[in-house]
Amino acid sequence: MIEFKLPSLGADMEQGKLLEWKVTPGDKVKRGDVVAIVDTSKAAVDVEIWQDGVVQELITQPGETVPVGTVMARLLAPGESAVQRRKVSPAARKRAAELGVDPEKLAGTGPEGAVTLEDVEKQAKPAAAPAAVPAAVPAADRAAEMRKAIAAAMSRSKREIPHYYLSETVPLERASAWLEAENARRPLPERLLMAVLFIKATALACKEYPEMNGYYRDGAFHPSAAVHVGVAISLRQGGLVAPAIHDVQDKALSALMKDLADLVKRARAGSLRSSEMSDPTITVTNLGEGGVETVFGIIYPPQVALAGFGAVRNKAVVASVSGDHRVSDGHRGALFLGAIARLLQEPEKL
Amino acid sequence: MNKPEIRATVIAELKRIAPELEESELAPAKPLRDQVDLDSMDWLNFLVALHERLKVDIPESDYARLVTLDQTVDYLAAKLRL
Repeated sequence: MIEFKLPSLGADMEQGKLLEWKVTPGDKVKRGDVVAIVDTSKAAVDVEIWQDGVVQELITQPGETVPVGTVMARLLAPGESAVQRRKVSPAARKRAAELGVDPEKLAGTGPEGAVTLEDVEKQAKPAAAPAAVPAAVPAADRAAEMRKAIAAAMSRSKREIPHYYLSETVPLERASAWLEAENARRPLPERLLMAVLFIKATALACKEYPEMNGYYRDGAFHPSAAVHVGVAISLRQGGLVAPAIHDVQDKALSALMKDLADLVKRARAGSLRSSEMSDPTITVTNLGEGGVETVFGIIYPPQVALAGFGAVRNKAVVASVSGDHRVSDGHRGALFLGAIARLLQEPEKL
Repeated sequence: MNKPEIRATVIAELKRIAPELEESELAPAKPLRDQVDLDSMDWLNFLVALHERLKVDIPESDYARLVTLDQTVDYLAAKLRL
């Protein structure tokens, strides 16, 4: 039996409201399938499942708000038999036979998911009009909720993470020239942004300095082999999200550009996936877009580092690193920042 | 397509990216990206949309000629040989 629990979709999430199930009992699901849409205070998120199985029972009802970790549904693992698991009370079985209902196909509400007499009778009643999908939170409430969520995550960060901050002016003559030449030969829809070079250079530097990439949990650092870069994306209505581009270290710049464009589009349309929200291993912020020279970001827990990029001016950028002193020191942080700077000098190798 | 039509197309595409945009508040001779708060991804998406709708190519080296709304309309009109 597989229990599908409401995952944490970020350090600032304590609960979520189920908007919609994308599956019904009996559906086969594969690892990575979207099974539900859950409203967090930041966005409506497509929640994926991480095991194969067959949906047996949906426990949480659309419209319900439940804490992170709540068992929302039960599934049968591949090869697991529904019959052997299904418990139907004798009275329910008898009544089901009278009504011509197959009790094996009902969602049980009794102990251990047992089908009760009530479940059978409920099923036999003429089907009521399906409940409308509960509306997402109105925009004004959403903005207030998002501010609260950001405040909670950033307060936790500043309370728990002893930050240190470093910055360095990185020459971008070579990167700018390379990008210009590259974009001149690319059709408009395939052009690259400098931000993609920043993201890739940061990911490659993480491979050299693994203490910048991973999570700090339960009093210990857990490095991550993959580099999932959380990209800070400001939303037009206010607030921000920092969903992940996965496995950045292995992706070519063209693929990264596609991923970034898609991520920005979906973040602004409020259609992110749970894995993107929950698993960035480091964050990159490119606040220079707004014209600022330097940004010193606040680390998004449980991550342990954040790389910031200011505005590109006179073919240079001020790059910064915010590091977690529980995991690394300024010396290693400086080497990490130096690696980002070095990697940006060889854009053709990114 | 005449200039007013080009302008309408430009505004329509801007609004797709920035739905909150009020055309009446847009100063046509002031920098567009600042007024509409377009980051480089928005800007690229805006140009891709114009490229697809008007079938014009806009090399990166021409971005400096597209600073204001008026300049953008003039540039596109020239490209379309109006």
